[in-house]
Amino acid sequence: MSDQVMNFWAMGGYARFVWPCFGLAGVVLAWNVWSARRHHAAARVRVERAVLMTDQ
Amino acid sequence: MSAANLGPGRTGLCEGPNTEGDLPGGPEVSAVRAMALVVRRELRLSFRRPEQVLQPLVFFLIVTTLFPLGLSLQLSLLRDMAPGVLWVAALLSSLLSLDSLFKSDADDGTLDQLALSGHSLTAIVVAKTAAHWLVSGAALVLVSPLVGIALGIPVAIFPTMLGSLALGTLCLSWLGAIGAALTVGLKRGNVLVSLIVLPLAMPLLIFGAGATDRAASGISSAGALYLLSSLCVFTCTLAPFAAAAALRITLE
Amino acid sequence: MWTWFYKLASPPYVYRSAAALTPWFMTVAVIAIVCGLIGGLGFAPPDYQQGDAFRIIYVHVPSAYMSLLCYTTMAVAGAIGLIWRIKMAYALAAATAPIGASFTALALVTGSLWGKPMWGTYWAWDPRLTSELILLFLYAGVMSLRAAFEEPARGDRAAALLAIVGVVNVPIIHYSVLWWNSLHQGATIAKIGKPSMPASMLWPLLSMLVGFMCFYGAVVCIRLRGEVLNRERQAAWVREAIKP
Repeated sequence: MSDQVMNFWAMGGYARFVWPCFGLAGVVLAWNVWSARRHHAAARVRVERAVLMTDQ
Repeated sequence: MSAANLGPGRTGLCEGPNTEGDLPGGPEVSAVRAMALVVRRELRLSFRRPEQVLQPLVFFLIVTTLFPLGLSLQLSLLRDMAPGVLWVAALLSSLLSLDSLFKSDADDGTLDQLALSGHSLTAIVVAKTAAHWLVSGAALVLVSPLVGIALGIPVAIFPTMLGSLALGTLCLSWLGAIGAALTVGLKRGNVLVSLIVLPLAMPLLIFGAGATDRAASGISSAGALYLLSSLCVFTCTLAPFAAAAALRITLE
Repeated sequence: MWTWFYKLASPPYVYRSAAALTPWFMTVAVIAIVCGLIGGLGFAPPDYQQGDAFRIIYVHVPSAYMSLLCYTTMAVAGAIGLIWRIKMAYALAAATAPIGASFTALALVTGSLWGKPMWGTYWAWDPRLTSELILLFLYAGVMSLRAAFEEPARGDRAAALLAIVGVVNVPIIHYSVLWWNSLHQGATIAKIGKPSMPASMLWPLLSMLVGFMCFYGAVVCIRLRGEVLNRERQAAWVREAIKP
């Protein structure tokens, strides 16, 4: 059982190429979501400020 | 007249360092005549400001000197790199000379006047870019034999080198016109122009340097030259419209 | 049909629709990507020549495909904005740019890591790799140009024009393996009817492609909402929309 896991992990000797690729892909996908949400949040803050200013 | 507020840089007078009394007038002037007038004006202005023409050329010479100094290669090895070095230097010095294409005219309002003159902005852009190439690209091609000798390019392939540089600098003038038109009026437009123009110019570099390189190695450079010519035709037919559209966006 | 098109030009409609679509896109994306990963890492047999290194295909091809799709979307959206003067088209172009750039970078790096075991080198100046790198520079140029203008509307138009000028690079990237003697392998899926990969390797790849596309859909909807708010700060509908 653990043999299978070790084989899977080793990726036929190419582990040091394969896993960074998938890891990097995960990082890029996560960054996209995080960055998009931050962008939207910042836009909301700017709008709220603008609304407050015009209300005053 | 002295009390009129015409905005910065405009004096309301017809003569000035950057103005010529013979801008193409209204639509009664034909398009071809208007283009000829613009070309004549550009050439006249360039001769009045020779440093605008000479500085990019000197930059070209200096940059080509940097490579042998920085890499301290023997002449035989330098010869292998020479076409590439020549082309990169030509590319960079073209970027420098782009500054004079639209900027000074935009600053003093001449560009606005040309846009409002009723003539096709595309035609005017063609005239300005053609004149610009005459004083920058063509000058570069004329100086290139000197650089070729300095870099050890065999004299036998000079025709290929000159031909590819002539086509390439023409293409670069057009790509640069698009970049300059998009960034005219921006504060730090210089670096941005490079960022815009250089990626577009990369295929040009590949084929242009490739043509000279092949000729230097004795292989036929016909294929690369044909590709370079087709790139040139493609750019020269479409770029004027893109550059004119860009000017319309930035001048509004 | 035209009413649907007109609705897309309306900022409040776009803002609300993007919010509604995001969870759907993201759910499909997660399912497709997880299935693709399980199929690609677990079930697909190792390649005859490359062994397990070929599994990088499951992130490299989708990201490369998305890099081209995003640029094309950006250019088409820019063209729609310029021709029909629809602000929401510019918002879509602005939202797509950073996403596409990140996919391009991912494609380049995963391709580089795949190149070492496959070709023996991390990089080669071959037509496809070079033109993909040029694509990354084009993305950078478009984003920098948009940001350089003080007037956002003018920046949108200039960036749209630049995106359209650069779109000529997309067919060059796609056909480079056909036109030149390229180190990079040719089309894997595009051969109609008879792809050159066995089914067990192919379906996880298709699943990852669908997953990446839906992921793009989800993320662009989130970004689009931010872009809409930035462009519509003064509008009346915005006050109601941002109330939690």
